[in-house]
Amino acid sequence: MFLFSETPSLARLTAVLAGLVLCFSASCINAQQNTQAAPANTQAVAEIQRLMKQGQLSQALEKTEQLIASKPRDAQGRFLKGLILTESGRQQDAIAIFTRLTEDFPELPEPYNNLAVLYAQQKQYDKARTALEMAIRTHPSYAIAHENLGDVYAKLASQAYDKALQLDSSNKSTQSKLSMIKDLITTKPGAKPTTPTEAAVPTPTKVATAEPAKPAPVVTPPAAPAASKPTEKPAEKPAEAAADAKKAEPKPSPEPKLEKAPVASGVEADITKALQSWASAWSNKDVKGYLSHYAGDFQTPNGMPRKAWESERAQRIDKPGKIQVSVDNFKISIAGDKATVKFRQHYTSATLKTSAAKTIVLVKSGSRWLIQQERVG
Amino acid sequence: MRRTLIGLLLVACGIAGSLVVIGSPSRNTPVATFSDSGPEPQLARIFGEIENNRLDQALTQTEALLQQYPKFRLAHLIKGDLLLARSRPISTLGNAGGAPEEKLSDLREEAIARLKAYRERGAVAHNVPRYLLQLQPDQKYAIVIDTQKARLYLYQNDNGRPRFVADYYVSHGKLGAGKMLEGDKKTPTGVYHVTSSLPAQKLGDLYGVGAYPLNYPNEWDKRQGRKGHGIWLHGTPSDTYSRPPKASDGCVVLTNTDLDAVAKNLQIGLTPVIISNSVEFLSLDDWQKERSSLNKKIDEWRNDWESRDVERFLKHYSKNFQTRDTNFAQFAEQKRKVGSGKEWIKVKISNTSVFRNPGKEELVVVTFEQDYQSNNLSNQMKKRQYWIREDGQWKIVYEGAA
Repeated sequence: MFLFSETPSLARLTAVLAGLVLCFSASCINAQQNTQAAPANTQAVAEIQRLMKQGQLSQALEKTEQLIASKPRDAQGRFLKGLILTESGRQQDAIAIFTRLTEDFPELPEPYNNLAVLYAQQKQYDKARTALEMAIRTHPSYAIAHENLGDVYAKLASQAYDKALQLDSSNKSTQSKLSMIKDLITTKPGAKPTTPTEAAVPTPTKVATAEPAKPAPVVTPPAAPAASKPTEKPAEKPAEAAADAKKAEPKPSPEPKLEKAPVASGVEADITKALQSWASAWSNKDVKGYLSHYAGDFQTPNGMPRKAWESERAQRIDKPGKIQVSVDNFKISIAGDKATVKFRQHYTSATLKTSAAKTIVLVKSGSRWLIQQERVG
Repeated sequence: MRRTLIGLLLVACGIAGSLVVIGSPSRNTPVATFSDSGPEPQLARIFGEIENNRLDQALTQTEALLQQYPKFRLAHLIKGDLLLARSRPISTLGNAGGAPEEKLSDLREEAIARLKAYRERGAVAHNVPRYLLQLQPDQKYAIVIDTQKARLYLYQNDNGRPRFVADYYVSHGKLGAGKMLEGDKKTPTGVYHVTSSLPAQKLGDLYGVGAYPLNYPNEWDKRQGRKGHGIWLHGTPSDTYSRPPKASDGCVVLTNTDLDAVAKNLQIGLTPVIISNSVEFLSLDDWQKERSSLNKKIDEWRNDWESRDVERFLKHYSKNFQTRDTNFAQFAEQKRKVGSGKEWIKVKISNTSVFRNPGKEELVVVTFEQDYQSNNLSNQMKKRQYWIREDGQWKIVYEGAA
């Protein structure tokens, strides 16, 4: 174990982080008042998004160019173009588009976020960090940018550790799990979308419907300090572990599920119930109940110790003020004792309101479904 | 709750936090000669920021430190921690998951050593190491090394009195100090000097910008049966700023910058290099007392030699006296034999140095130029004696040409 592990500092740093999050979210009210660019032609935008969803990227690009031609100063069209270029694998061009957007609309967090994702894909973590810090500077409550920044910090930390310890972890799985933002929420007027057709299209609102879930690089914590082993060896271990984790993870079913069937199968109903109960424990600030939904081998973020993760969660959940968490839009794929569920999570607290796509991997344990992996996107 | 990394470090090594207030460097160091050349002041400031929960400033300063010392591994580790602290709670110094624990603890030890030295620098600058009782007039500088503290102290000869100039972080043997055997990965403790200078071109990259061999094993080491050789002061490989406190096979290792700085003051064959496991410091008064009593003793020995009273002269020698080929009985017999032929003896000693040997034994190394004249013989030599305290009395236990 670490030399100084029995000290009170752990709790303190947790508090620091919690404090940071709190103070960021406090100023989020400003975010919604930002209505910089004029709303673009909503129909054209919807059409482009539809084409993108169908993978007809060149047509989407064509329509986007038309939109830009008609409204050259509008952020929306250019933002979409950046997304299409990203999906077409033209990263350099996408970077150029998003960079220009950050110059023309420095108050928008989304272009910064997406720029950061692209930089992170190129392993330019310092640039990614700067971009995300800018996104958060303009919108302190921006949840996805925070999540991404957390990942970038972890990457930078790992690079610093490599230099400190003369390790070479470049062979580690470095696949980025950063989330691209697909929509410019901050450009929309404060008003809610006028068509509440929630059942149909996956909602024309809010935040990122993220990438087709990429497996998060999972670094398992070291089992035991290998005292006398040659020093280079252990560096390779996490990579193997990550690769294993990747293999083990069930692929989301390629078959796109239609809208939720009215009669869910018994298993799917169990899973839905498990997640509803998880969300309601969260809403009720029932920390014990909330944590009981996690499997013993739950993969904590960045492989942090379970205890630390639990106390962090306890602190976040138990903070003052009302919390309301609800989940819907489930897409469940089951493989034996494992289920991958994609859904939307709506989170409302005194200071923060988000709606984000989430993916959770559950494992069957006795009669219960327990959470083994949890990530945004 | 107000303690974090630095608290951990210092609590863990049992330092009372009362020595020098951290975070206010150089302001309360009245000694003008004190040098703040290394990264310690910046490190101390960084830990001060962490202590006060200003993690952003800590990171900014760590990045600045790395600009100055890009190969400073400890700073990279702190940077990693500060970045990681932004995405999750951290509990210790060095949170690299899956990293070899050995390397992490090496860097933690370096942090402790450097911060401790920085905190205690006031006490070091104000007191005198017990070993440097008297410097020869031509010894411009003296070096004292504390292996436990991973520190090298440089003193300037100010009319025989050592005046503190600077101190530097050093690494020593993987298995500590007190060398006895070849290959025991320990650094010897004792009174040494550098015997030559080896230029970097003749050395591998491991030795950095240069190397200065020491005269280990010295007379006393040989007499104690200590084995081994090749104990050097040397620099650091080009990809590294500094090595952990315990890193070498017995050598004393400095950063390349520090080695260059120290080397400027080294006089080959002359500059004393005293290595101790734990340096004892004396107040100036106590140091003065110890120094005069030994000088008095040496003068008594010289006087008694001139008196031609052989028995009185022999009282200065230990029953365990031993030179290379003579024991006490043989030595006494020889002195008695030649003593009868002496009508007069004049002994002058000059350029004397007196160094206390580190360790439990009360042992002092005295070196001087001796001008001996008598009615039937005269000679001049550089002599070295080891004086040992037996039953409260200083006695010569070894002597020979230096």
